[in-house]
Amino acid sequence: MKKLTLGLSLAVAGVALAQGDLLVNGAGATFPFPLYSKWFSEYNKLHPNLKFNYQSIGSGGGIKQITEKTVDFGASDAPLTDDELAKAPGLLHIPTVLGAVVVAFNVPGVSELKLSPEALAGIFLGKVTKWNDAAIAKDNPAAKLPDLAIAPATRSDGSGTNYVFTDYLAKVSPEFKERVGVGKSVKWPAGLGGKGNEGVTGLVKSTPGAIGYVELAYANQNKLATAALRNRDGSFVKPSIEATSEAAAGVQMPADYRVSITNAPGKGAYPIASFTYLLVYRDQTNKDKGTALINFLRWAVTDGEKFAPALDYAPLPGGLATKVLATIDSMTVQGAKPSASR
Amino acid sequence: MVGRPDADRSSREAIGDRLYYGVLWVLGGLVLVVAGLIVLNLALVSRPLAAVTSPWAFIAGDNWDPVTQQFGALPFIYGTLVTSTVSIAVAVPVAVGLALFITQFCPPRLAPFFSIPVELLAAIPSVVYGLWGLAVLVPWLRSSVEPFLGRTLGFLPFFRGPPIGFGYLAAGLVLAVMILPTIVSVSIEVMKTTPEAQREAALALGATTWEAVTWSVVPHSRAGILGACLLGLGRALGETMAVTMLIGNARIISLSLFSPGYSLPAVIANEFAEATDAVHVGALAACGLILFLVTFLLNAAARWLVTAVQRGPARVSA
Repeated sequence: MKKLTLGLSLAVAGVALAQGDLLVNGAGATFPFPLYSKWFSEYNKLHPNLKFNYQSIGSGGGIKQITEKTVDFGASDAPLTDDELAKAPGLLHIPTVLGAVVVAFNVPGVSELKLSPEALAGIFLGKVTKWNDAAIAKDNPAAKLPDLAIAPATRSDGSGTNYVFTDYLAKVSPEFKERVGVGKSVKWPAGLGGKGNEGVTGLVKSTPGAIGYVELAYANQNKLATAALRNRDGSFVKPSIEATSEAAAGVQMPADYRVSITNAPGKGAYPIASFTYLLVYRDQTNKDKGTALINFLRWAVTDGEKFAPALDYAPLPGGLATKVLATIDSMTVQGAKPSASR
Repeated sequence: MVGRPDADRSSREAIGDRLYYGVLWVLGGLVLVVAGLIVLNLALVSRPLAAVTSPWAFIAGDNWDPVTQQFGALPFIYGTLVTSTVSIAVAVPVAVGLALFITQFCPPRLAPFFSIPVELLAAIPSVVYGLWGLAVLVPWLRSSVEPFLGRTLGFLPFFRGPPIGFGYLAAGLVLAVMILPTIVSVSIEVMKTTPEAQREAALALGATTWEAVTWSVVPHSRAGILGACLLGLGRALGETMAVTMLIGNARIISLSLFSPGYSLPAVIANEFAEATDAVHVGALAACGLILFLVTFLLNAAARWLVTAVQRGPARVSA
């Protein structure tokens, strides 16, 4: 009994913060969560008295909580809309890394697949229904495409992945833009819906003839067969970390980074890529937390970026990282420049 | 001298009684208040929905498109009812038969070998049921069960269409397994309350074991079994995770059980986390309200049915 009490009190002490420790709270996107956890633990090694508490409740929840200022920072896969931003004046978008959405397929006897934007949009509009359809066959002369029904697999839960994928399809297909539109939850004209990356993967793996879309990291870790997509410059690009970073390099970047980088120009650019953002207020109201957060952001977009590729995230291209650093340097604490380090 | 301690005691008792009475009232009332607050909150959150649709259009509409802010919940309501019906249709005969076997036919010493595994089914998390469905049930349905049903019962509209695996049938079958322990354990408890004398009397009159069971145990436990089924149905209506993983999440309405569909809890689980727009959140809250309402109506119907059935046999014997 005594041992148990001792053990319990030790466990409680382990969770509680020691004197002088600082806890910074955040909430938001699930997609970058593995990388952010890595960042927080690495940064904690450098600054032992600074702890981060990040709840991966989804981008929507992250936007809500940072708007209501119940957390110190938010995180979102999609940039805020003008309406949302109007409710949170002074909120900055800090792009941290890039993700890509890859097209995974399960066609017996086919391991390499090239898809044009028209074919991909046709499949997810329910118009291209057989694997040996001319729209697919013309880009894959070598593949033995079977006379098999295509079963499109979509993300049923609201997600940044849906947003990026529909954003791309709406750019390359006027009909998709008209009939489905862009959103985190959309009305898919065809196919089955799976919850989460694992749900879509389950559908694709268990259904011969299925085609779905998942995050690059998830596809790499699960060794899914992925399609090469024809990008804006006309070349077919297999999804990779390098091709994803390249998509961010050729885009005209607005000052607030709220930009879509799907269907980006560049010979090697993968066409379905996006930023993920941390959301912070330009002027931090809490002196200690604000200073710590600014220093952390500075570390994240410089030293932190080197942790990204190992976890299948694409780091910011060099030129952009410099620009983001300048944005972080423009942040203030209680209206004044923060002291250099805590 | 004699009366005083008594009077003292009774007044003390009266105070204690009143206190106890009051505490129970507060606790009982609290349940009502919590339920009321949930309904109120759901109603408040769903208010922005009124700007784009009417309650009737919401319930009867079949178009759910968050991008264009059109919200009709019929595919979800339909899917919830269909999967629950399938689960009840499959689970009830199995569960009641199993309960009868365990209480009436099986040697008492062996009974735990049958009842404990069934009770263990209740301890399996629903996400595990979902994974089992993905890995085992869906491929089996697609390759064997659905083609077979299509060949043999294809003249019925419920068993037509391509065998996909994901859909109402897959979700309903997993739900059937999930609600089985509830129905079995409650039925067993009810059947155990049958007076032994009734059964022995039937046997003494020359009835076979089966006749003794149908004459004494079944009429005695009818109301309780019905209650058990409705408890199971309640769980089937609200089950989220396993259904979301297996129903196919397609916003369509189809008579065929092979077809993918959607359910009310599934759409809330799928879309709530990333819904930022007030109307979209409102529509999801309204789905919650409908689910609450369906469960409430069902419970009311259950109470009415249980009392009606309880009265039934008495009138027959009178």
